[in-house]
Amino acid sequence: MDFVLAVVIIGGLGLIIGGFLAYSALRFAVDEDPRVETICDLLPGANCGACGFAGCADYAEKAVKGEVALDCCIPGGKDVCNSISEVMGVESTASADKKIAEVRCVGTNEVARNKFYYQGVPDCKAAMMYGKGFKACQYGCLGLGTCVEVCPFDAMHMGDNGLPVVDAESCTGCGICAKACPRDVIYIVNANRTGKVILCNSKDRGKAVSDVCEVGCIGCKACIKGCPQEAIAVENNLASIDSDKCNDCGECLDFCKRDAMRDVVKIAVG
Amino acid sequence: MDVNLLAIVFVAILANNIVLSQFLGICPYLGVSNRLETSMGMGMAVIFVMTMSAVVTWVIDTFLLVPFDLIYLRTITFILVIAGLVQLVETVLKKTNPTLFRAMGIYLPLITTNCTILGVALLNVQAGYNIIQTIVYAIATGIGFTLALVIMAGIRERLELANVSSYLRGAAVSLVTAGILSLAFMGFKGMMTL
Repeated sequence: MDFVLAVVIIGGLGLIIGGFLAYSALRFAVDEDPRVETICDLLPGANCGACGFAGCADYAEKAVKGEVALDCCIPGGKDVCNSISEVMGVESTASADKKIAEVRCVGTNEVARNKFYYQGVPDCKAAMMYGKGFKACQYGCLGLGTCVEVCPFDAMHMGDNGLPVVDAESCTGCGICAKACPRDVIYIVNANRTGKVILCNSKDRGKAVSDVCEVGCIGCKACIKGCPQEAIAVENNLASIDSDKCNDCGECLDFCKRDAMRDVVKIAVG
Repeated sequence: MDVNLLAIVFVAILANNIVLSQFLGICPYLGVSNRLETSMGMGMAVIFVMTMSAVVTWVIDTFLLVPFDLIYLRTITFILVIAGLVQLVETVLKKTNPTLFRAMGIYLPLITTNCTILGVALLNVQAGYNIIQTIVYAIATGIGFTLALVIMAGIRERLELANVSSYLRGAAVSLVTAGILSLAFMGFKGMMTL
């Protein structure tokens, strides 16, 4: 008798719970838009968060609902925006040019002075905890590779000279490295630009810069006079070149005493 | 049985912490303690499910198993009920409250067959708690679990930056840390018992 009772009660319980689950699965069924999955497949799937949402799936969902623009995916760029727009049946709004990360520091180990010898955890954020970093220039790259570490596209590696190198082919301009860099020395720039660029981030006055670095921009304004295109401006003791005006004539290189001016690395855009 | 509710809270959270003293729920404790954020999410989901399942299993035990003299079927019944309940909660939540579902959704299947949930349900009926004590004990145990998880996650986030010897890196250092934490919680042991 006991045996029958046990079977009936446990079996009955199982049946009731099963029935409940089956009913709730029907009653509370969520209609998912099939386009969400399609768009999710089209996105790069790196879940980098550059669009401002919690991963590709989240963005796909928001995009289908029409809550956000379709050109938010920075790594995907024009191509992804076009194909998403196709799925959604709307005109593509792709205007975003390919972006790329740029390390605005050329203060290699040879030319930039260190304040002290750092022998801690090899990570820029950790190094910042000790006296705001070991590099004497407070704007310069520490070269411990936190950006290399966080890059989801494997587009950065540490060069022999102690500065990270961006691989223009793999870089998608997602900006994760720029956010991770504790010294804010990485900028996201237009990948198609040409001409010269000033790879220095120091806003210190001339004397302070030349004390700590042999190549940093001292804001002397000599290049302004040297530029026939009037493409150079100096703000906060730091020169910058307007890439729209620059025609890559190279006159400025003769005027810059500091070697902070470099060619834009030519990028093969596919 | 007359047990002070405050005593239950103190014992469940600190003196007899489910993870660090009772040895339950080690799997999520080590598995979901990589980041502070996820450990908080997991903790909240555990508190929620633990309370619900404790109440349901208490009802089933009191009104079904005990009257019919089927106490030897407790474990299997509780597993059945908890698994069904979590699945039900997941389905309902997905429809009615997508925000909460997104926050807790990924943790719910993880919790389904979690030994802390089953453990609390069994401990409740073994101790002979009434319904109020059951609810308080379940919530407090959930908080204790969350506390252990959050402490562990905080330590592990720092460990990630630390220069750990290559032999200890990964699982080894996590287990050593868990052991030291458990030692620390022994300090609460003698203060109160139920």
